[in-house]
Amino acid sequence: MEQDAAADSAAARLVGSFLERRREQIAQRWADEPLFRTVFTVSRDEAVEASKAVVDALSAVAVTGRLEDIEAPGFRAVRDQLGRMVASRARSGFTSAQIADEVAGLRGSVTELMRGEFPDPAAPDAKDCVLSLALLMGTLRLVVMETALSAGEELIARQRQQLLEVATPVIKLWEGVVAVPLIGTLDSARSQVVMESLLNAVVSEQARYAILDITGVPTVDTLVAQHLMKTVAAARLMGAECIVSGIRPAIAQTIVHLGIDLGTVLTHAGLADALAYALERQGIEVSPRATAGAGRL
Amino acid sequence: MMQVSPDTATTSLPIGSDADLAWVRQRVRQTAAELGFGLVQQTKLVTAASELARNTLVHGGGGHLEITPLTTGPNRGLRLTFLDTGPGIRDIEQAMTDGFTTGGGLGLGLSGAKRLVNEFDFDSRPGEGTTVTIAAWVSGLPSPRAGAG
Amino acid sequence: MNGGPFGGLTPVPVLALGDILLVTLQGELHDGTAEQLQEDITHRIAQGNASGVVIDISGVEIIDSFLGRILAEIASTARLLAARTVVAGMRPAVAITLAELGLTLPGLHTALNTERAMDLLASPRSPVQKGT
Repeated sequence: MEQDAAADSAAARLVGSFLERRREQIAQRWADEPLFRTVFTVSRDEAVEASKAVVDALSAVAVTGRLEDIEAPGFRAVRDQLGRMVASRARSGFTSAQIADEVAGLRGSVTELMRGEFPDPAAPDAKDCVLSLALLMGTLRLVVMETALSAGEELIARQRQQLLEVATPVIKLWEGVVAVPLIGTLDSARSQVVMESLLNAVVSEQARYAILDITGVPTVDTLVAQHLMKTVAAARLMGAECIVSGIRPAIAQTIVHLGIDLGTVLTHAGLADALAYALERQGIEVSPRATAGAGRL
Repeated sequence: MMQVSPDTATTSLPIGSDADLAWVRQRVRQTAAELGFGLVQQTKLVTAASELARNTLVHGGGGHLEITPLTTGPNRGLRLTFLDTGPGIRDIEQAMTDGFTTGGGLGLGLSGAKRLVNEFDFDSRPGEGTTVTIAAWVSGLPSPRAGAG
Repeated sequence: MNGGPFGGLTPVPVLALGDILLVTLQGELHDGTAEQLQEDITHRIAQGNASGVVIDISGVEIIDSFLGRILAEIASTARLLAARTVVAGMRPAVAITLAELGLTLPGLHTALNTERAMDLLASPRSPVQKGT
């Protein structure tokens, strides 16, 4: 057993020095493999450089003998790069399993090079080295898989955040009137964002009227109704009036069925009605220009 | 719960006077800001802390607050524990009801504070004192918001 | 933050602009200071001929149920003494927190800023704020 272990670590060191020595050739070959070729499309040199970074990492890991440790410090240096590569492949529609297969595809060329190092590929030390290299490449595949998974999670979180921000534009409709047209399902997190953006706009625009238009909201449940009422209450505390517009008949029915009391909430059928109300309350009258303009474009 | 590893840096503050309440609010605000809580979340936390600290002062005859940043799990959070050795609260159900008051507030102290945070835990024994623990998590990622109280 | 040394309770100044009392709250407010203010305002209305009170809270970072009660009581006391109270400039974060807390202060008149509050008080004594 002890001898085995000693042989293993000797083989690992040999693999390490092999990778270091043949860095250039390996990188040249890898640059033509799908994983690097498809990510670094602009220049082949870039692909070669990226390959070299991965070879260096593998070499560093091999020297420490931690062939099967995905937490080995050597990998840390390339995690960022792998992450970017994985993200790029994922954007092209590849699943993490397919990406892992591409990593596995790197093994062939490097193993071939390694075999060429030994006069007799059947000798025990040659076999040990090839085995160690296979282990190491397997670990690289795991590292890539893991990077892919955590990148996926981050992506989802980031997109979620972006969606929240993008989906809630606050529009200034008139001097002193701001509005948010809501589209899509309202969950708790989004309702919070809507409430905050609308109330911040009330301050920045010094708007006395804030309109929440829910024409594009498919359903309203108890929680959403509560959020609407809280927004209205908060606006009132700030000295503004919040109007909810665009309650479709189906939603109105749901609200009644759920027994939700929107009693304190001022509602209007459409955004235009709400705006008309806000203007009227400010003493602004909008009317067609006197006769002369009729019929002109 | 997820607080497996030893709590890193718990700060303890006394609650014995008006001025202590003000100090509690400032320290909670500062810690929450450092942990990355947004302005609204900070305000909710500080308000909850103010309610609970006042409870500790008025009903518990004073006590102290432990502030513990939670940075072990994937989310960052803040835990506040209010402890007193006062008379305790006899009827917890009643104390948690909106509008119930024995002090001078609007009777929203406990129930209101619960609505402002993600986690709320309450332990009181007549004659031995009261411990109220609240925790909030920095939102942004899916927040483990407990069902509306 | 406008703290002042803890313990030293500096009272909040109450300014008179015509027949309107203007109070600006800022930063950290001790319970005692708030109670003192409530008394001061009540006295000032009772003594003089103030017809309105404007409380500017744009510099206030939190309102808990205690301060909420003080504000509500100032308003209802003033009302009994025939004066109207407007709370001006509440920050969004504070308003959201109060709404969450269930503290909607229904009896209180509000305005976006002090100027609007003054306008509101200058307007004829009609139901300014919508009841529903």
